[in-house]
Amino acid sequence: MTVKVGIPRALLFYYYFPMWNGFFRALGADVILSSNTTKAILDKGVRQSVDDACLPVKLFFGHVLDLKDRVDYLFIPRMVSVERKEYICPKFLGLPDMIRYNVPDLPPILDVTVNVSRSEKNLFKAFAEVGRVFTSNPRTIRKAYNRGIEEQERFHRLNHLGYLPHEAIEQMGRGLLNQNHSPARQGDMTIALVGHGYNIYDSYISMNLIQKLRDMGVRVVTPDNLTGTIIEEKSAELPKKMFWTLGKRMIGSAFHYMRSDSIDGIIHVASFGCGPDSFTGEIIERHLRRRRNIPFLNLTIDEHTGEAGIITRLEAYVDMIRLRRAAQ
Amino acid sequence: MKVTFPHMGNMYICLKAVLTSLGVEVVVPPMPSKKTLTLGTQHSPEFACLPLKINMGNFIEAYEMGADTILMAGGVGPCRFGYYAQVQREILEDMGLKMKMVVLEPPQKHISELLIKIREVTGSSSWIDVVRAIRFGWHKARAVDEVEDVLHRIRPREYEPGRADVVYKKALKWIDDAHDRNELKDAISKARQELDAIPVDNGREVVRIGIVGEIYVMLEPFVNLEVEKQLGRLGVEVERSIYLSEWINDHLFMGLLKIKGSKEARKHAPPYVNHFVGGHGQETIGSTVLFANRNYDGVIQVQPFTCMPEIVAESIIPTVSRDLGIPTFCLIVDEHSGDAGVLTRLEAFVDLLARKKEKNTVKNTVLQSSEKKGEQVCADI
Ligand code: SF4
Ligand code: SF4
Repeated sequence: MTVKVGIPRALLFYYYFPMWNGFFRALGADVILSSNTTKAILDKGVRQSVDDACLPVKLFFGHVLDLKDRVDYLFIPRMVSVERKEYICPKFLGLPDMIRYNVPDLPPILDVTVNVSRSEKNLFKAFAEVGRVFTSNPRTIRKAYNRGIEEQERFHRLNHLGYLPHEAIEQMGRGLLNQNHSPARQGDMTIALVGHGYNIYDSYISMNLIQKLRDMGVRVVTPDNLTGTIIEEKSAELPKKMFWTLGKRMIGSAFHYMRSDSIDGIIHVASFGCGPDSFTGEIIERHLRRRRNIPFLNLTIDEHTGEAGIITRLEAYVDMIRLRRAAQ
Repeated sequence: MKVTFPHMGNMYICLKAVLTSLGVEVVVPPMPSKKTLTLGTQHSPEFACLPLKINMGNFIEAYEMGADTILMAGGVGPCRFGYYAQVQREILEDMGLKMKMVVLEPPQKHISELLIKIREVTGSSSWIDVVRAIRFGWHKARAVDEVEDVLHRIRPREYEPGRADVVYKKALKWIDDAHDRNELKDAISKARQELDAIPVDNGREVVRIGIVGEIYVMLEPFVNLEVEKQLGRLGVEVERSIYLSEWINDHLFMGLLKIKGSKEARKHAPPYVNHFVGGHGQETIGSTVLFANRNYDGVIQVQPFTCMPEIVAESIIPTVSRDLGIPTFCLIVDEHSGDAGVLTRLEAFVDLLARKKEKNTVKNTVLQSSEKKGEQVCADI
């Protein structure tokens, strides 16, 4: 019987699923995803985690609960660092521990540490460690690792072509791997949505933000559509290196989009109680307001955010941009 | 150049000593107050952690007193502290307050990196003078810790509650006023004498509580709602998991001096927290384990609202509490915290510990049993 590895559809799923999926499948495992976020999943997560955790972490608990009885292993890597001298967020450093001591009756957790802060080579070491749970053949592991890297590169290519990560993951799932064209999008304006992937691409959590904007005739771009080079270059304008990888992507993309003629507005999406967002959001907002040339909207979401309120604010914001344009 | 810095408990005594003995003009911001908090909150991001907001308040108040340069510590993540100075600089710029920021980043390789930064403020002083000044500041920090140690022992045992605190206040002033090592030695012995003269009931059965958590909230009485003093009045002997001089050694001297530091606490965090999680998250867990091993009656975790490392710790502390049979209580503070509710909850917690202790003492003498049971209480204020 094939081994079932469970991956929660939350947090870094939106950044690294293709790599993880490619790796485990090449090792002969079945990859099982938790269901799409629902109210029930979120509620369960909220009940199982500490009150003070941020929404995305609570939601992660919910996805673990959804998945745990259906799989042989849960893949919850300790994602310390994915780029040199950077971190993601303290909560990712403690994630496997938080899960282990708060969710009863768990299957074994594959909680290998991914830390490339000092050396990129550690990435392979981490995957090799996981691989040894499945096979003792180092060549199989090496091959599976390369497979994962390939998938991840395909994923990035799709992102840079204009597919949003959740769309790219879906495309890849359907076997459409060698896309060369940007997706066709209707609309008379483009808005950059800047936020953590697990907030903006989870349609339940974001209250379908992307679709709503598209329905209003807006094309949506995000930090993930930009290449690493642009992000590095633009975020380097800060006097001190931004040490949160996702925060760096948000700041780099905001600095890039605020100068781009094809961008009509920037929306920053933050989680209630998110530590890094409170800083990156502040820096982005201050820089944008100083330039005064691009309309900015800050949306903070938590488990109580009302959908009606969000729609009203979005509509007002999009109308304002259209009026501004008409006046020019 | 008039140099200021943010408050963190009694840190000002130490910083002021270093700077003034190098001939730098110093503006110590007023001790944090409601006004500081209001000013800081008004100009800071809503979801920033509380220390950043109080820092902002300190800077604005110091600016009003004529300060033009800020001395601030830095960091390389993953916690927010490493980016405090950057966000604060942006805010000051938009407010139009012209203040230069000198950020002391933790030395990556050698302590000289830190010394070079310090010279940006101290100008032409010789190396020897700089080192001597830092040593002097360090001794002041040790002096403060020494006095606090005695204070914590006396508070729950004094016949007339409040006397020790009066002496403590005076002692801080004597330490602060000392111009050289000799005067400092005099200050310490005077403080010890006065403290020792306070009548205490040494036979009194006191509850012992360890305080763990986020460093700023632990060290700054204004934001922790004077939790140590409150507990002292309730007949509790407290011990903090970290003292000022230990923090300075760990963070600014890279652990160069061989005194007790956070290493020991970190060693005891596994299997609960198996990795560094930023800030003092791992130390919070490790220190809780250590307090349990030393048979403390309870542990109080203090943290600012939205503090990332402490949330990791908070979600794991209940397990430690259950496994090791040590009751824990968590105190979360933000700009809306008031002390009325806190005192009631603290009292309830201390009561619980006192009853448990009584029961255990009886049980231990009669049955020699050491059954353990943990309880976890959480207060969000
Ligand atoms: S980055 Fe923010 S939202 Fe993400 S885990 Fe950390 S605190 Fe939560
Ligand atoms: S330890 Fe907590 S309070 Fe301190 S900077 Fe980090 S998040 Fe903020």
